[in-house]
Amino acid sequence: MRVQSMHFKARAHGALADVRLQSVFKRFGSGFADKRTAAREAYGVEAFEELRTASAAIRDRALAALDVWLLRFEEEATRRGTRVLWARDTGEIRRHVLEICARHGLKKAIKSKSMVSEEAGLNEALEASGVTPVETDLGEYIIQLAKEPPSHIIAPAIHKDKEEVADLFAEHHRRPRLDDIRAMTDEARQMLRGHFLSADLGISGGNFLVAETGSVALVTNEGNGRMVTTLPKVHVAITGIEKVIPTLEDLSTLNRVLPRSATGQDIENYFSIVTGPRRAGDLDGPEHMYVIVVDAGRTRFLGGDMQEMLRCIRCGACMNHCPVFQAVGGHAYGWVYPGPMGSVLTPVYNGIENALDLPQAATLCGACHVACPVKIPLPDLLRKLREKQMDAGLRPWQERAGFRLWAFAATRPRLYALATAIAVRALKLMGGAAGRISKLPLGAGWTLGRDMPAPQGRTFRELYARRARRGG
Amino acid sequence: MSAGRRVGLFVTCLVDMMRPRIGFAALKLLERAGFEVQVPSAQTCCGQPGWNSGERASARALAEKMISEFEACDFVVAPSGSCVGMIKTHYAELFPGEGAWLARAEALAAKTWELTDFLVNVARFEHPPGTYCGTVTYHDSCSGLREVGIKEQPRRLLALMPGVTLKEMSRCEECCGFGGTFSIKFGEISAAIAEAKCANIAASGADAVVLGDLGCMLNIEGRLRRRGDDRTRVLHVAEVLAGEGD
Repeated sequence: MRVQSMHFKARAHGALADVRLQSVFKRFGSGFADKRTAAREAYGVEAFEELRTASAAIRDRALAALDVWLLRFEEEATRRGTRVLWARDTGEIRRHVLEICARHGLKKAIKSKSMVSEEAGLNEALEASGVTPVETDLGEYIIQLAKEPPSHIIAPAIHKDKEEVADLFAEHHRRPRLDDIRAMTDEARQMLRGHFLSADLGISGGNFLVAETGSVALVTNEGNGRMVTTLPKVHVAITGIEKVIPTLEDLSTLNRVLPRSATGQDIENYFSIVTGPRRAGDLDGPEHMYVIVVDAGRTRFLGGDMQEMLRCIRCGACMNHCPVFQAVGGHAYGWVYPGPMGSVLTPVYNGIENALDLPQAATLCGACHVACPVKIPLPDLLRKLREKQMDAGLRPWQERAGFRLWAFAATRPRLYALATAIAVRALKLMGGAAGRISKLPLGAGWTLGRDMPAPQGRTFRELYARRARRGG
Repeated sequence: MSAGRRVGLFVTCLVDMMRPRIGFAALKLLERAGFEVQVPSAQTCCGQPGWNSGERASARALAEKMISEFEACDFVVAPSGSCVGMIKTHYAELFPGEGAWLARAEALAAKTWELTDFLVNVARFEHPPGTYCGTVTYHDSCSGLREVGIKEQPRRLLALMPGVTLKEMSRCEECCGFGGTFSIKFGEISAAIAEAKCANIAASGADAVVLGDLGCMLNIEGRLRRRGDDRTRVLHVAEVLAGEGD
């Protein structure tokens, strides 16, 4: 997928000005966050915190010996008849999939949601090679019809309202326009059924790779993942190298924290552990199974000061709790992963210079860190990226000069006293009788949507010194 | 005054410049609580702006200054969750692997307190002199809440005031959109987040929104006034407790 993150500000402006989009955001509001809170309380707040700690430890343990667990996964998966392929970058993902299509003569792919395939722009590559990709997750299906990228990693069409979906269905299904959600869902199901039965390739993501059994664990809510992984002749699972975990026991812990953090469900509707292709005597399953294990930038996190990011289990809690994401939505971020996790992943995967706004576009409020099921210190990581930008000379010179000047003055108390005394008097004058400034020099961004309350006109230190002179 | 009662008051740069009365309110509360309050006259800024923007050198220079100025005090108290969060959780990160500075940074962090936290948990303060009368709603500032654990402390203190009725707003723990330089770099997004906060404040029906951090205070007041609300007061918790906001 082409990176548009350098246009964050313009895209965010568009999103804020889009009345329809804003009303969609408002209507859904903090739905996922509220459900997570309820699930956490139902589980027991203390127990849930223990679960987060345990989950972070499991992820760290896997990452500490990532090579060992990946090779173990390959060995166990191969032993059970799965072919494990490695992709250094997204180009290799496309190449592997197209080669598989050519080898088996495949013509139609049904897909369950895979963010890694979005990274690779896989659908476009398949189409260009004459293979028809059909998204079968309802949200992904909707945005495929609309020719849009997902705006949320677990609710890809969350930016669309019912009316837009009704229009899309009427246009593409060539049936009378429906306005009942249940009827629309039924219609999508009918449309998808034919695809499920006629596809020869199933493409899925992988929520986890279990090293000890060579399995791919899949979490879905619509059951489409099961169809994708069992009906077609060939199943290809694509996932990142960081998704490997040592044991099924680890999987059971992580699967307690994942759905609760994502949608507030105690358990997702469908949970599949796929281990190899159909064996002799099996009633169903694909004839061939491939797992493509992807780097595409992930190893840049390994062994560095931001490795915690690789703990991510893609639940979306960080964006559900992010005030910026809630205001501007996922498309503003301009790539596959929006919100706080995207603001860390996008610059590292695609080059820090291609996403300069993202690490800056956060209030560092910490809500994401607190909500993260694997305790990724997202605000710290964003701050580190800001420092890397600064060190690489990628910030405007005025910004760096501004901080240097501030530090220069603030480490010289007499100069600072003089400068602040002048500044507060000037700002007080600007504030006038109402005591508020509606246009701030050097702070136009501030006064775009709010006033700046005027200062009192004297600094605390001036007043305190005066009081001390008067004897308290 | 016995040893162990000397408090260094760090008023913070924003209080110093924008709202000196909050500094005096904090001073009054600490003195009422029976502490000997020192106000180092050369104090300026804790270094948080540079730190949050990735300008480590300027953050470090100011951290060194702050440590040198305040390390002789028994306690350091500031009327700001984010400045206290800077000192308590981030100062050590400015001196990685440096024995002497790191030890001094950690020592300062250990004795630095947010004002309401100090009043409740160290001073066991029970008689706020303020006489504020009316309903208030409390905005939990992010750094105070999530870095320092400020949640019940201001509410406990406000509950000691007979004239004050607390009406919680919906989503009181959600960010107001300030975010330091974010509010200028992404002014439009910042104001949109502030608008959501102001709508919740208005819906609470309180006469005043009370909080503990200057950044949020300027942001929320600025947005309230811009959206045409001249009635809802925006007060620092120290002003309410000390009576400077009556």
